[in-house]
Amino acid sequence: MGCRLLIIENVTKHFNGLRVVSDVSLTLHENGFTVLIGPSGCGKSTLFDLLMGVVPMETGRIRWHHAAVPDLNRLAAYMQQSDLLLPWLGLVDNARLPADIAGEPIKASSPRIQGLFDRLGLVGFENHLPSMVSGGMRQRCALARTLMFGRDIVLLDEPLSALDAITRRSLQEMLGLLQTDFNKTILMVTHDIEEALLLADELLVLTPPPMQIQARMVLEHPKPRRMEDPDLLAIKNRVLAMLQEKRPS
Amino acid sequence: MKPSWLLPVCILMALVGLWEIGSRISGLPGFILPAPSRILQVSVVHAPQILPHAGVTLVEIIAGIALALAVSVPLAVVMFARPSLEKALAPFLVASQAIPVFALAPLLVVWLGYGIASKVLMAAVIIFFPITVNLLEGFKSCDNAYRVLFRLMGANFRQTLRRLYWPWALPYFFSGLRVGVSVATIGAIIGEWVGAQQGLGYLMIQSNARLKTDWVFAAILWLSLMGLALWHVVGWLEHRYLAWKAPSDQPSLGGTIS
Repeated sequence: MGCRLLIIENVTKHFNGLRVVSDVSLTLHENGFTVLIGPSGCGKSTLFDLLMGVVPMETGRIRWHHAAVPDLNRLAAYMQQSDLLLPWLGLVDNARLPADIAGEPIKASSPRIQGLFDRLGLVGFENHLPSMVSGGMRQRCALARTLMFGRDIVLLDEPLSALDAITRRSLQEMLGLLQTDFNKTILMVTHDIEEALLLADELLVLTPPPMQIQARMVLEHPKPRRMEDPDLLAIKNRVLAMLQEKRPS
Repeated sequence: MKPSWLLPVCILMALVGLWEIGSRISGLPGFILPAPSRILQVSVVHAPQILPHAGVTLVEIIAGIALALAVSVPLAVVMFARPSLEKALAPFLVASQAIPVFALAPLLVVWLGYGIASKVLMAAVIIFFPITVNLLEGFKSCDNAYRVLFRLMGANFRQTLRRLYWPWALPYFFSGLRVGVSVATIGAIIGEWVGAQQGLGYLMIQSNARLKTDWVFAAILWLSLMGLALWHVVGWLEHRYLAWKAPSDQPSLGGTIS
């Protein structure tokens, strides 16, 4: 595992007097794939909003390469469950948006986008509107756009949960590419255990709200992994048992 | 498949036919209710006299729309960018709607004279509100998740306006504009009724005073054709710039007419 890239310490957040995130700390290693798994509504999205600076943090510190930063706004790219493609732009223009906003000329960004479209199987659909292509393709385009942010860290907030099971499997491979081909450091939340086990280097199991980390496990199994691996199946059952445990009162 | 215009055209033909028969057998004098054939005859034969008036009215309408857009688009943007300004200005916008703008027509003529300026202003004042309010609503309807996305991309307000808010609000803008073109026509005509030396409204008042009812109807016919043409111009623009929207969104008569 690479060196510590990002350290998040003691993040806590209340909403309307209710504790939603309770003293969460985690460390991301360079080029690592960290997965948070937890029951729905456990505050995972809130954690990401806090990290990205969308919602102000109450307590907690973020350190990036040992320097304190207020949030990951300029350091991480964020990909969400909904693709958030602009319906009036073709796929290639949607993917180009981050480069466009950064003021990069089209000529400069085009080769990179073409490379991404090639890698993500979007060639031939460059000028299709999002409404004309499948949900899987839209999410791949959103992935291309996320990569066009050109940031080292990628936060994935249940990026595949809106897709059907078959599309999801093929897109999981694409998410794997983030680590293997694009050398990103990834933090993903999901409630799909298999997805977590197939991709994670480190798996953090969360409690129901207020969100805490109840278990950490490091998975050193080589990728690509198969769910038939008895070792993974055993872990899956353990995680399932943890997730189904009653909330400690 | 039957074309969608077939049924309306049939209904129109039937109504006009009834009118024609009615006016012939009732023996009503022509200055009370002229027959459609007579109206058509006047409209076509006297087109050289009517068209210059129609041209003036058209210029007033288009200039009125342009003037309204020149004020309401920047205003909507500023109000959207600065919510405190919106709070400060909203009561005035609403109050301006409580004033029956048509009642201002005589004043506008006093201030700006019998030329086209008073009519342009009349048209502009009337449609200014629906366009501003619609556009502002459109900006505000933008999904928060998209705003966050743009913020995370480091976009400033101008970039976000150009790439997100404006295209997002475009359907709202067009529904405002659609209302605008019909209402601007009314504004221009009323302005001409109150005091003018040319224009279709002027022609109507003049003909009416001389009991040339067929000419009044001919003016109305030309006015309707103009309104229809403007409507279709907006429809064409909408089709062009909103091609990404679902094609099922046919133009309708909806919208709030102030």
